[in-house]
Amino acid sequence: MKLPSLREVGTEARLLLIGIPVFIWTMIPIYHMFLFAISPKEDAFSGKLWPDHPTLHNFSIVFHQQHYFLRDFWVQFGNSVVIAVAVGALTLIIATCAAYAISRLRVPGSRIVMNLALFTYFIPAAFLAVPMYRTMGKYGLLNNDWSLILAMVTIASPYAIWVLKQASDKLPVELDEAAVMDGASPLQIFRLVYVPLMMPSLVAIGTYAVLLAWNEYLYAFLLLSNDKAITLPVALGNFLAADDSPWELLMTTGFIYALPPAAVYYAFKRYMVGGLTAGAVKS
Amino acid sequence: MAITLSASDSALAEAPRPVLLTPSQVWGIVMLAPYLLIFLAFVVYPVGYGLWLARDPASYVALYNDPIFARAAVNTLIFLLVGINLKMVIALFLSGFFIQQRGWIKWLSVIFILPWAVPSIPTILSVRFMLNPEWGMVNHLIFNLTGDDGPNWLNDPTIALSMAIGMHIWKSLPFWTLILMTGRLAISQDLFEAAEVDGATWWQKFRFITWPSMQMLYITCTLLSMIWTLGDFNSVYLLTGGGPADLTHVLSTLGIRYLRLDQLSLAMASIVCAMPLVLPLVYFMMKRLSR
Repeated sequence: MKLPSLREVGTEARLLLIGIPVFIWTMIPIYHMFLFAISPKEDAFSGKLWPDHPTLHNFSIVFHQQHYFLRDFWVQFGNSVVIAVAVGALTLIIATCAAYAISRLRVPGSRIVMNLALFTYFIPAAFLAVPMYRTMGKYGLLNNDWSLILAMVTIASPYAIWVLKQASDKLPVELDEAAVMDGASPLQIFRLVYVPLMMPSLVAIGTYAVLLAWNEYLYAFLLLSNDKAITLPVALGNFLAADDSPWELLMTTGFIYALPPAAVYYAFKRYMVGGLTAGAVKS
Repeated sequence: MAITLSASDSALAEAPRPVLLTPSQVWGIVMLAPYLLIFLAFVVYPVGYGLWLARDPASYVALYNDPIFARAAVNTLIFLLVGINLKMVIALFLSGFFIQQRGWIKWLSVIFILPWAVPSIPTILSVRFMLNPEWGMVNHLIFNLTGDDGPNWLNDPTIALSMAIGMHIWKSLPFWTLILMTGRLAISQDLFEAAEVDGATWWQKFRFITWPSMQMLYITCTLLSMIWTLGDFNSVYLLTGGGPADLTHVLSTLGIRYLRLDQLSLAMASIVCAMPLVLPLVYFMMKRLSR
C-alpha cells in the first residue's frame, strides 16, 4: 500500500476546509426543519441540537388534520397537486406547439413572437403580480384554481418555448424534408417525428413547469384566499398569522411539502442538467 | 375531417391578406395561437392596464414623499450590488472546488444542490424561527457558549436585510455554481497541463486561462441574476415581512405592500419606477440570447 505524499495530504486538507463549511451552510436550514418535525413541542422550543424524545407524532397530527391550522391539509395538498400537474401539462402543450411552429414551420412573424416571449421571461414575475391580480379579478377568476394555473402557465411558457426552440433548431432539417417527401402533413411530422425526438427536452420542461407551480408562493397567495382553495405554501404562510404558531407542526408540514419536489428533482436530474443548464445561459 | 375544417377556418380568419399561405404556415399559425392567446390575455392586457393605472403624476409625487419607498429603493440596490456580487464570486470559487475529481466531492455536490431543489417557503420559515431572539436555536447556542443574549436578529433593519441577502444566496448559490461549473468544464484540459509544465501557480492558471474563457459567461450570469433578484419576493417577505417598521422592503415586496393597503396606483407606480433598472438589463440579455 502506497502512503499518500505530504503534498496530497495538504491538498486534501484544503479541499476539506472548503467542503465542510459548504456542507454545514447547506444543511443548517434543512436540518433545522427536520429537527422540528421530529421534536415534541417542549423540545422544539428548547434549542437543543437533537431532541430528547424524537417522535413521529407531528406527522400523525398533520396526516389526521388534528390542528386548527391543518384542518384542510389534504384538500390543500390536493390543490397543490392538481395545479402543478395542470400547469405542467398545459405548458408542455402550448410550448411544444409554439416551438414547433417557430422553429420548423417558419411562420411569418414567429421571430417577433419568440422575442416577445423572451421579453416576458426576463420581466421579474413579482412585478407582473400586481397587474395580474387585478386582471384575474376582472376576469372573475379570483379564488378559482384556474387563475393560478393560467398565471403559472403564462410565467412558465416563455422559458419553455425558448428552451424547446433551441433544442429543435438542433434537429436536422433533412428529417422534415424526408417526411414531406413521403407525403406527411405538418401534423403527422409533429406527432411522429418531432415529439419523439424532443422527448428529453420535453421531460425537462415538464418537470420545470411542475416544480415552478408547486413551489410558487406569491401568485398563489395573491390569487387564492379561501381556505379550501389555497395551495400548501399559502397554508404554510398563514401559520404566521397567529402569535403562538405551532412551529413544530409548521415545520412538519413544510417538510412534507418539500419532499415531493426534491424527489422529482433528483429523479429527473439527468434531464434537468442537460436540458436546462445548456439553455439557461449560453456563452 | 374536423381538423381540416378548423384549419381552413382559421386560415380564413387569420390571414387578412389574400396571400396564399402554404399549408404548413397555416398549421404554424394554428399552433402558435394558444400561446398568443395566453400572451394577450395575461401579459398584454395586465401590463397595459397597469400602465394606465400608473399614469397619474400625483402617485409619483406620493411615492417620492413616502420614506418607505426611498428606503426600499436603497435596499434593492444594496441587495443587488452586494448580494449578487458576493454570490457570484462565491459561485465562481465553488465551481472550481466542485469540478475536483473526488468521490466525496461528488456526494457533496448532490447535497449542495438541495437548497435549489426544495421549495423556498419552508426553508425560509425554518431560518426565521432559527433567528427568533427568545426561542431560536441561534440565540440558544450563543447563550450556552457565551452566557450573553444574542442580537435581536430580525428586529434590527441592518441585520434583517443581511439575513434576507444570506437567504437569497443560500437558495440560489447552487444553481449559479452549476452553471459556472459547465463553463469551467468546457475549458480544454490541455491548457492547464501546458501551464503545469511551465510551472504556473494556481492564481496564474485562473488569471490567464480560466477567467478569460469564462468572463463573458460570468457577466451574463451576473446580469441575469440581477434581473431575477429584483423579483425575489420570498427571501424578504417571508423572512422579515418588510419589518421592522417597513425598513427592509425591496421594490418587489413594496408593490405587494401597497396592493394589500389597497393603494393600487402607488403599487403600479413603484413598479414603473423599477423599470429604469430592469429594462437596460433585459435589453442586454435579449441581445445576448435571441440569436
